[in-house]
Amino acid sequence: MDLIFIADLLAATLAATVPLALCVTGVVIGERSGVLNLGQEGIMLMGAVCAFMVALNSGSYLLASLAGAAVGAAMGAAFALLTLVFQSNAVATGLALTIFGTGLSAFLGEAYVGESISGLGPLLPEALRTVPLLGPVFFGHDALFYAALVLCLLVHRVLHTQRVGLMVSAVGENPETAHRLGLPVLRTRWLTAIIGCAFTGLGGAYLAIVYTPLWTEGMTAGRGWIALALVVLAGWRVSWGLLAAFGFGFISISNLVLQGLGVTIPVNLLATLPFVMCLLALVIVSSGRRSEREPPRSLGQTYIKEN
Amino acid sequence: MRLERRSASSLGWQLLSPLIAVTLAMLTASALFAALGHAPLQVLELLFIAPVSDAYGLSELALKMTPLLLCATGLALCFRAGVWNIGAEGQYLAGCLVGGSVALALNSPDGPTVWYLCSAVVAGAAGGAVWAAAVALLRTRFHCSEVLTSIMLNYVALYLLLWAVGGPLKDPAGYSFPESALLEEAMLLPPLVQGYRAHVGFAASLLALAVLWTVVSRTLLGFKISVVGDSQAAARHAGFSEHRVVWTVLLSCGALAGLAGVMTVTGPVGQLTPHLSSGYGFTAIIVVFLGRFHPLGLLLAAALLALSFIGGENLQIELGLPKSIALMFQGLLLFFLLATELLTHYRLVPRE
Repeated sequence: MDLIFIADLLAATLAATVPLALCVTGVVIGERSGVLNLGQEGIMLMGAVCAFMVALNSGSYLLASLAGAAVGAAMGAAFALLTLVFQSNAVATGLALTIFGTGLSAFLGEAYVGESISGLGPLLPEALRTVPLLGPVFFGHDALFYAALVLCLLVHRVLHTQRVGLMVSAVGENPETAHRLGLPVLRTRWLTAIIGCAFTGLGGAYLAIVYTPLWTEGMTAGRGWIALALVVLAGWRVSWGLLAAFGFGFISISNLVLQGLGVTIPVNLLATLPFVMCLLALVIVSSGRRSEREPPRSLGQTYIKEN
Repeated sequence: MRLERRSASSLGWQLLSPLIAVTLAMLTASALFAALGHAPLQVLELLFIAPVSDAYGLSELALKMTPLLLCATGLALCFRAGVWNIGAEGQYLAGCLVGGSVALALNSPDGPTVWYLCSAVVAGAAGGAVWAAAVALLRTRFHCSEVLTSIMLNYVALYLLLWAVGGPLKDPAGYSFPESALLEEAMLLPPLVQGYRAHVGFAASLLALAVLWTVVSRTLLGFKISVVGDSQAAARHAGFSEHRVVWTVLLSCGALAGLAGVMTVTGPVGQLTPHLSSGYGFTAIIVVFLGRFHPLGLLLAAALLALSFIGGENLQIELGLPKSIALMFQGLLLFFLLATELLTHYRLVPRE
């Protein structure tokens, strides 16, 4: 195993990290304000199929990314409408979104199976990309990669160091008290639900228009669910979430690693690995829980506004 | 207008809201079909009426209802106890894999085949129960949320099944398809009526439903399950063990879902293939909500959702539309169901 192989692996891991990182960031935004949306898998699929359709028809990757985010936002709004206005059960509503998104994305995308687009080329100039080792690992990626990274770091900054972030946490920890302090609980949750899902939709878009780049039915392969588990693992923090996404990005390309090492494991057995690792991670985190790793106290609970 | 909480949830709305939800889901689906250039009435007719217009269609309906009812019965038990088991799909697949492996190992045209078949069915139920036991263990011992663990186990079960049918259980005499050998005629569940595909599993699913209803409404165990589901503090004060209830409902649900799995393998399919589930474990969740946790409701809901699966296949054959339409309709249905549920707990009153 030489250095070039390791550099290639790192670059591939980083690319595989992006869809997960966007989804994890989106989930953190929602859950810190108490919004538990289990619809991530369906939202990601809808983001993926819509972005792919737009990219193929318009040729614009910017439009396609925006379409993915917009579809995610729309589904987030639907979730908010049901759970915040109609006060429906969050778990069941999220499942409805996943089932609906899986079905509708397959339906919309049927005509696009087998079509292909070129994918986004590298953003940075040749001179940077050919820097030994560092070049291929960090500088060879596309524009959406860097945009996603900046977005995630921005969310980290806003949620964990700004006043707005404290507001979101206050709403998530204790909505009744937040309400009495004059914070707009419902409006906060509407916004976090919508923005969070826009991130998830963008993650799906990255998967379909850059990472693969093609559309197949159910192409997210459980990434939405994995992201939900990674947020628990990360203790509801963006920074740890990004690290966890990187770890699982590596696991998702483990077939390449093993190929490089000359080991053959049946592909379907290998496919269980991310999910088994998620289970292990959940066990470790949940059994050794420290106070700062507690979930937001009102997570997933229905909030009824006092008059 | 504003909302006012009802002192008790309204029985009338409890009955009416599923009907409203079904109507709204159908209207939305029609609008979607119209937007895509298909005549909505024709599509709805192909989806919901054409498939059950003859005896063969009704037998197919019973066939599809069997796994849905079994899974929904188990899930109703879990949800009533406040255990959000989303893993019926994985428990179903574990039942397929374990039960199917035993059936294949004992596969023979003669000998005590009734006992062989029974062993396979029991093994399938056990497989599902073991898969659910993992969820119970993770929740009671390690305090992991059952929602996430059961979802993860769904994927693990799916990929294990795919591995098995492409590897160790692959039919050596078959072509390169990832499928097991076919089960012998004697290893298949007998049909309810000769010449039709619906099998004795349908009777078993009705029995399971009756037993569930009796347990929930007539026994101390059923009472404990409801108390734990409603308030864990109350359950602790009454001295009911939450852990024991969690284990009971999960093991029952796993066994029922596993039964559904093995009965699909030894029923209509007759071998292990990658496509043993159309997402029954997920759709069963909608059955529980649509059926309002009531046995008769579950039965009607299972019939409607089974119909959406058959109708989806029908649309694929007749109009070349993808059968994922069924999933889309199901998602819409759950959506409207959750929205209309508000009216069972609240009433609209004019603002003073």
